[in-house]
Amino acid sequence: MSTEHSTPMEYSTETNALNIIGFWVFIGAEIALFATLFATYFIMEGRIADGPSGGQLFVISTLMIQTFVLLTSSFTIGLGVNAMRLGRKGATLTFLAITLVLGAGFVGVEIYEFYEYVHEGLSLQTSAFSAGLFTLLGTHGAHVSFGLFWGAGIIVQIVKHGFTPRTANKTFIFSLYWHFLDVVWIFIFSFVYLKGMM
Amino acid sequence: MEFFKQFAVPNPTPTIYLSMVAIGLTLIAVLAGITYFKKWGYLWSEWLTTVDHKRIGIMYLISALLMLFRGGVDALMMRAQTSMPGNELLSAAEYNEIFTTHGVVMIFFMAMAFITALMNFVVPLQIGARDVAFPRLNALSFWLYFMGAMLFNLSFVIGGSPSSGWTSYFPLAGNELSPHIGTNYYMIALQIAGLGTLITGINFIVTIFKMRAPGMKLMKMPLFTWSALITNLLITFAFPVLTVALAMGTMDRLFGTHFFTMDNGGMAMLWANFFWVWGHPEVYILVLPAFGIYSEVISTFSKRNLYGYTSMVVAIVVISTLAFLVWVHHFFTMGQGALVNSIFSITTMAIAIPTGIKIFNWLFTMWKGKIQFTVPMLYSLGFIPIFTIGGVTGVMLGIASADYQYHNTMFLVAHFHIVIIPGVVFAMLAGMTYWWPKMFGFMLNEKIGKWAFWNIAIGTCLAFFPMFISGLDGQARRMYTYSEVAGFGIWNLLSFFGALGLAMGFILIVFNVYYSARYATRDIGDDPWDARTLEWATRTPVPEYNFAVTPQVDSREPFWDSKYEGKTLFKEEIKDIHMPNNSGQPFIMAAFFFVAGFGLVFSLWPVVYVAAAGIAVLLFIRSFEQDDGRHIHEQEIRDTENDKRGETR
Repeated sequence: MSTEHSTPMEYSTETNALNIIGFWVFIGAEIALFATLFATYFIMEGRIADGPSGGQLFVISTLMIQTFVLLTSSFTIGLGVNAMRLGRKGATLTFLAITLVLGAGFVGVEIYEFYEYVHEGLSLQTSAFSAGLFTLLGTHGAHVSFGLFWGAGIIVQIVKHGFTPRTANKTFIFSLYWHFLDVVWIFIFSFVYLKGMM
Repeated sequence: MEFFKQFAVPNPTPTIYLSMVAIGLTLIAVLAGITYFKKWGYLWSEWLTTVDHKRIGIMYLISALLMLFRGGVDALMMRAQTSMPGNELLSAAEYNEIFTTHGVVMIFFMAMAFITALMNFVVPLQIGARDVAFPRLNALSFWLYFMGAMLFNLSFVIGGSPSSGWTSYFPLAGNELSPHIGTNYYMIALQIAGLGTLITGINFIVTIFKMRAPGMKLMKMPLFTWSALITNLLITFAFPVLTVALAMGTMDRLFGTHFFTMDNGGMAMLWANFFWVWGHPEVYILVLPAFGIYSEVISTFSKRNLYGYTSMVVAIVVISTLAFLVWVHHFFTMGQGALVNSIFSITTMAIAIPTGIKIFNWLFTMWKGKIQFTVPMLYSLGFIPIFTIGGVTGVMLGIASADYQYHNTMFLVAHFHIVIIPGVVFAMLAGMTYWWPKMFGFMLNEKIGKWAFWNIAIGTCLAFFPMFISGLDGQARRMYTYSEVAGFGIWNLLSFFGALGLAMGFILIVFNVYYSARYATRDIGDDPWDARTLEWATRTPVPEYNFAVTPQVDSREPFWDSKYEGKTLFKEEIKDIHMPNNSGQPFIMAAFFFVAGFGLVFSLWPVVYVAAAGIAVLLFIRSFEQDDGRHIHEQEIRDTENDKRGETR
């Protein structure tokens, strides 16, 4: 264990440093994955067959709630990591919990939104547009949902073991993941919703 | 009874029934054999749970060779069917299935596994590391690949094989034109194996960037490691595209979405585009490691350092970039228009430049060298002219306007086999023969190896050169038969003889493994080829921890310099070594993926849910696991090192 004075705990072992770089490379692969999904969506955008188009469906209120909730959760996970670096366990756990609650809120609104879409005649099978839209949003939503379970697991581990190089590493990597999902959402917000509504 | 009908093969023939019986008997024999010789414990603790990159490499190698035979038998059946006009050995439906499985098995389960085998075994040794960055994930990669391969091969006897070509173009692969579940196997088995490949990609990028021996700067890495690095970067950015395409294809087939359909806005060409956005980098994922192997082999057996190291590295990087910019050349005839075709035509031809640089560098490496005609060197020497012919015909195909004449003819089939067999298969056989002594502690017999080489080299030329002619004469690919007046008979007969030559070569290789395992001397030392790079600096067979002391490097050929320039590689004292623990989780998780995949193929949802829950539980177990690995004690290392010294010196 090479612990320099300035090295944060999440980097403090060789395995930890490798894990973090490995996760960055994984995010690279995730960018390629979402880029493909976005490309698909852009191609399918106007191919609505007999179904409704994005402009007819997208609602500003749910969009703003989702965006506000997810962006705030990205801020709180940042505060969580900051608290972790200051060694404040209670604050870290609180911020992690708030992050997950906001994430769950996001997923909840998204499910409600999907329900509304289906209600208005846009199901997965309606058109190429619907397939592209649901797959892009669904993949992002599935990532957030996966993150909820992952984050809950990390909370349990911090409660159990406190801050160790292992738990600190997991928390930090989870924060990278969460920020990444936020960035993807910004693209969805701009290039799916705003573009669709204009 | 109704339930079981879906598992029946749609076009049953006596061959398939015989295969079912043969597979059943083999399985029983293997299981009974393991039980009789009480090897279950050994198999579980030494292989199924291993996280050692060397053992994982060896398992990849064995799987690749098995898949080579599966794909090879497919090839022989195709060549036999077309050897005579109007032949009725196979029906059209069977022929469709066989050319599909031949392509899929050879690319995904043979070639990919073969390069991964050699990367796994060699790269950590070449950079002086103890293992890869994520040993546990490495095991998961292998088992996902293995389960994907098994799931795909299961299609032969349960439910029927896919039959829409290895490219599986929609709408042909859609529900309407391929109503049978065969294509589900394609989509899901490749998804599972592809996930394994993606994990390998991430793992090796981190390994090569972060775990090199002290002093090994990027520009001091051996060329095989360089090619592995670039290959894994290609994997990491290309495979997600395939992941998405396969997922969308699966949704079209299972959930009735309209990504690639002909109605409701679907766009079949999107599949072709995505497939080749992944598929063309895939070509270089296969061939770059091969280039790396040739660089090592040619340098070793010419007794010279590699000519133009820097330009070799630059060429690899340029090739990897261009690899993403040429995909449209796979479908020039599908209506993009002249401008788009012209652009892709130019990028395609541009690839010939860095490739040409590499060819000349290999030739200059041999120039005035003391060439030893060993088996790996013979493959390398055979590769250069045959591959160049393949490459030049590739430039011909790259000319968009001329491609209208060659497209989907046997000319194309000849081209890509003449490129990929010397480019990948020769390299894999060269690499296998070259590193065999490091893997297994004995050398493969040179004499039998040379017989095998000549069979394979001549077989390749005889099997595929005639296709250039029949293709230019207009013989379309993937046609199960042709009439006598077409005049293709003689060329196809020659091809069949070539295929037999190839088969003979592979039989000789298997015989060579048996013969050498039985009779070859074990007294070969650590460096039987008088080689140049770090993997030869450790003991043979390689101890679990690879290097007792981490080597220190200050040149491109550290081992050569330590032998002949008097430099010291191992400066430190032996200390305790930290190693990861074995784990059964990767195997079990991959087994769940297999079950989930099987459930998806037949839309058996309860099976899918149960297996998915199993995967989720294993993820949680892994997250909560407190496993810090173990230490091998200093004294134990000293004993091992002394033992080996007494044995081999």
